[in-house]
Amino acid sequence: MSASAVFFYILSISILGGGLLAVTTKKIFRSAIWLLFSLIGIAGLYFWMQMEFIAAVQIIVYVGGIVVLIIFSIFLTQQSGKQMARPSIVRIAFSSLAVCIGFALTYSLLRPYVFQTSSIAPVDMRVRTIGNQMLSTTEHGYVLPLEVISVLLLAAMIGCIVIAMKIKTQGK
Amino acid sequence: MSNYAYVVLIPLLPLASFFLLGLFGRKYFKTSAGAIGTIILLVSTVLSFYIAYEYYFVDGKVDGVYRQIVALKHTWLEFYPGISIDMNIILDPISVMMIVVVSFISLMVHIFSLGYMKGEERFSTYYCFLSLFTFSMLGLVLSGNILQIYIFWELVGVSSYLLIGYYFEKPSAVAASKKAFIVTRLADLGFLIGILILAFHAETLDFATLIQRLTTPSTQLVSITTASFLGISFLTWGLTLVFIGGAGKSAMFPLHIWLPDAMEGPTPVSALIHAATMVVAGVYLIARLFPIFAISGHGALNVVKYVGVFSAFLAAIIACTQTDIKRVLAYSTMSQIGFMMFALGVADFGNEEGLGYTGSMFHLFTHAFFKSLLFLCAGAVIHMVHSNEMDDMGGLRKFMPVTHISFLIACLAISGIPPLSGFFSKEEILLAAFNSDMAVYILGLLTSGLTAFYMFRLYFSVFWNKDTIPHNGKEGTLTMKVPLIILSVATVLAGFVPFSMLVTSDGNPLRSHISILFSIAPVGLAILGILLAAFFYKAANERPAKIASSLGGLYHAAYSKFYIDEVYVFITRKIIFNLIGRPAAWIDRNIIDAFMNLLAAVTAKIANLVRGLQSGKIQYYTLYFFAGIVGLAVIFIYMRK
Amino acid sequence: MNEVPLNHVLFVSTALFFIGMYGLFTRRNMITMLMSVELILNSVNINFVAFNKYLYPDKLDGVFFAIFIITIAAAEAAVAIAIIINLYRSHHSIDVKDAEEMRF
Repeated sequence: MSASAVFFYILSISILGGGLLAVTTKKIFRSAIWLLFSLIGIAGLYFWMQMEFIAAVQIIVYVGGIVVLIIFSIFLTQQSGKQMARPSIVRIAFSSLAVCIGFALTYSLLRPYVFQTSSIAPVDMRVRTIGNQMLSTTEHGYVLPLEVISVLLLAAMIGCIVIAMKIKTQGK
Repeated sequence: MSNYAYVVLIPLLPLASFFLLGLFGRKYFKTSAGAIGTIILLVSTVLSFYIAYEYYFVDGKVDGVYRQIVALKHTWLEFYPGISIDMNIILDPISVMMIVVVSFISLMVHIFSLGYMKGEERFSTYYCFLSLFTFSMLGLVLSGNILQIYIFWELVGVSSYLLIGYYFEKPSAVAASKKAFIVTRLADLGFLIGILILAFHAETLDFATLIQRLTTPSTQLVSITTASFLGISFLTWGLTLVFIGGAGKSAMFPLHIWLPDAMEGPTPVSALIHAATMVVAGVYLIARLFPIFAISGHGALNVVKYVGVFSAFLAAIIACTQTDIKRVLAYSTMSQIGFMMFALGVADFGNEEGLGYTGSMFHLFTHAFFKSLLFLCAGAVIHMVHSNEMDDMGGLRKFMPVTHISFLIACLAISGIPPLSGFFSKEEILLAAFNSDMAVYILGLLTSGLTAFYMFRLYFSVFWNKDTIPHNGKEGTLTMKVPLIILSVATVLAGFVPFSMLVTSDGNPLRSHISILFSIAPVGLAILGILLAAFFYKAANERPAKIASSLGGLYHAAYSKFYIDEVYVFITRKIIFNLIGRPAAWIDRNIIDAFMNLLAAVTAKIANLVRGLQSGKIQYYTLYFFAGIVGLAVIFIYMRK
Repeated sequence: MNEVPLNHVLFVSTALFFIGMYGLFTRRNMITMLMSVELILNSVNINFVAFNKYLYPDKLDGVFFAIFIITIAAAEAAVAIAIIINLYRSHHSIDVKDAEEMRF
C-alpha cells in the first residue's frame, strides 16, 4: 500500500469519525467542532485528489463561513452550555434501521459496478482556466448558472435580513 | 275531408286560461277572473259544437260508417321505428260527444259560479283550477294513445284534489281531498300495470293499433292470451287492471269511498267534476277499449258488468237513508255510473248486440245534463239555506220557483219518466240487459225504482214537507238562474237526439225502437216510487221515522254506508301500518341508516388514522420522504426488469 | 491516487450521506439538524469531485458543480439560521418538539 492510499484511509476515517461524533454527541458546541474537523477532512480529501481550488473554496466558505455562522447562532440562542436531551431508544432504533437499509441498498448497487477510470492527462487546474470557463458563453460555459446563483444569493441575503429582523413597533 | 287540426284549440284555450289566471289572477284579475274564464270557455264550447256538427252531420261518415279520424299526431319520443310515444288527438263518435258534454257543462258551471262564488277571497284561483280541470278532461277524451290518456287521467285527479280541497281551512275538506287523491291513485296503480301488460304484449300504445292487434287473430293476440299468470290469461289481467283504474275514478265498489266525502268542495265543482265529467272517465275508458273487451276479453267484461250492477244497487240503498243533500246526490251519481258500467258489460260488439254500448253512452250524455242540473239546484238551495242537511230545509218552493221547477224536471228525468231524456237512455240500457242477462235486468229494474224513490224523497223533503224560513229570502242572481234554465231545456230535449244513429260500438248507425210493452215495467216502478216518496215525505209526518226504527239494524247499516269506510280504516291501521309500515320503517332506520352510519364511521376512523401522518414533526416528514424514495428506488431498480 | 479505486471514495461519500441522514432523524436541536444537512451536502460534493477526477480528468464540470453546491449551501445555511433565530424569538426554544403547531 502506497503512502497516498494510507493517507486516503486516514482522511476518510477522520471524515467519517467526525461526522459520526457530530451527530451523536450531547454537547452542542462540541458537535459544531466535530463538524469542523469533518469538513477539514473533506478539504484534505480534495487536496489529496489534487483539486486544490475546490479544497481552498471548501475551507474558505464551509469551514470559515458556515461553521462560524453555526457557532454564532449557537451563541445567539444561548445553547452553548447546556446538554442536549438524548433521543428515545425507539427513535434511535428506527433511524438506525432506516439508515442501514438505505446504505445497504445504495452500496449493493455501487459495489459490483466497475468504473472505467480514464487515463487521459488531467487538465491543468488553474484559477484562470476555471474563471474563463465559468464566464464563457460557449464551450461548456457556466455563465448562466453563475448569474442565476448570484440572484439567488441576493435573494437569500435580503430574505435573511427580513426574516431575522426585529420589528420595533411590536412590544417585547 | 276537412282538416280537423283546429281541434287542438279546444283543450288549449282552457290551458291558456289556467296559466293566465294562475300567474296573474291574484294581482290583476281579482274580480274579472270569472268573466275571463267564462269567455275563454265559451269559445271552446262553440268550437266543440262546430266540430260535432262537422263530424256527425257533414264529414264523419265513410261508406255510412263513423270512423276514427286522427286530427293531430306528433311523435314525442321515438325508441325505434315502430315503438314511439306520440301525442295524438283522435276524433270518433264518443270523443266528439264527450267534448261537447264537457265543454258545455263546464260553461254552465262557470256561469253559475259567477254568482255562487261571488265575493270569495280566492275567486281567481277557483277559476284557474276550473280551467285546469277543463283542459285535463278535454285532453283525456281526445287522447289517442293509452299513455296520453294516463297522463291526462292523473292531471284530472290533481285538478279534483285541488278543487275538493278548495276550502282548505276546513280540516274535513283537506281530509276529503287527500282521500280522493289517494284512493284514485291506488286505482291508478292497477291502471298503470294494466297499460304496461297490454302495451307490452301488443307492442304498441296507440289505441287504434292496440284494438286492431288484440281483436283480430294476430301474433300479439296469441301471445297475450296464451301467456298466463295464476291460471288467468294476461289479456284478462290487463283488461281487469285497466278496469280497476276506471273503477277508482268512477267510484265503483269498493273504491267508491272518496266520492261522498268529495262533496266537501264547492257545489259547482261537484256539479262539474263529481257528477258529469270526471267520474265518467272510467266509463269512457272502458268504452274506448270496448272492442277488446267485447271480442277477446269476455272474462273482464263480466267483471265490469257485475261490479257495475252491484255498485248501482248498493248506492241506491244507501242513498235512501242519507240526510245531506249532496251526499244523496253523490250516491245517486254512483248508482247511475253503475248503470253505465253494466250497460257496457252486457253489450257485445256489432250491430244489434252493441245496444248496451249505445245505451251507456247515451246515458252518460243525458246524465251529465240532469245530474249537473241537480247539483246546481242543490247549490242554489244551499246558498239560500246555508246548510246541507235536509232537516233544515222544507217548503222552499215558495221562495225559489226557478230552482223548484228545474229540480223537478231533473228528478223526473233521473227517474225515467217519459218523455224526458232519462227515460230514453234508461230504456236502452234495460233493453240491452234484458236481452243478455236476466239477473242483471232484475237488479237494474229494482235500482231504477229505488232511484225514483230516493230522488223524490229528496225533492219532497226540500220543497214540500215542513215550512222553513230561509236566511236569504231571495233566490240567487241571474247568473245562477240562467244555467238552471238552459240545463232544464237540455234535459227535456236531449232525449230526442237520435243517439243510436251517431254513437255505436262499431260505427254503423243503428236504428233503435222503443217498445211500449217493455217500458211498462220500469216506468211503472218509477211511478210507484214517486208515490211512495210522496206518501212518506210530502207532508211532514211520523211515518219515515217509524219505518226506520222498525227496520232497525238494516237502517243503521245503510245509514252508516254499510261500514265500508270503517273496514278500510281497519285494514289500513291494523294490517298495512302494523304489518308493512312499521317493519319497513324499522328496516329503514336500523338497517339502511345504520349501514350509512357505519360507512361514515369507518371513513371517520380511517381519516383519523391518516390524519396522524401530518403530525407537525419535521423529522417524521423526512422519514416519510426517505421511505418514499427508497420505495421508488426499489421499484425502479429491482422490479422493472 | 491510482491505487485507490473509485468505489472506495464512493463508499466514503455514501457513508457520510447516511450519517448525515441519521443525524437528521435523531437530533432534536434545530441547529444540529442543520449541521447534518451540511454533512449530506458535503457528501454530494465529494461524489461530484471524485467522478470528475476519476472518469473525466480533462473536464471541469464536476468542479463547477461542486462550487455551485458550496455556494448554495452557504446561502441556505444563512437563511436557515435566520429562520431559527426568528423561531427562537417566538418560542424561546430551538427544540423541534416545540415547533409542532402546523399539524392537523
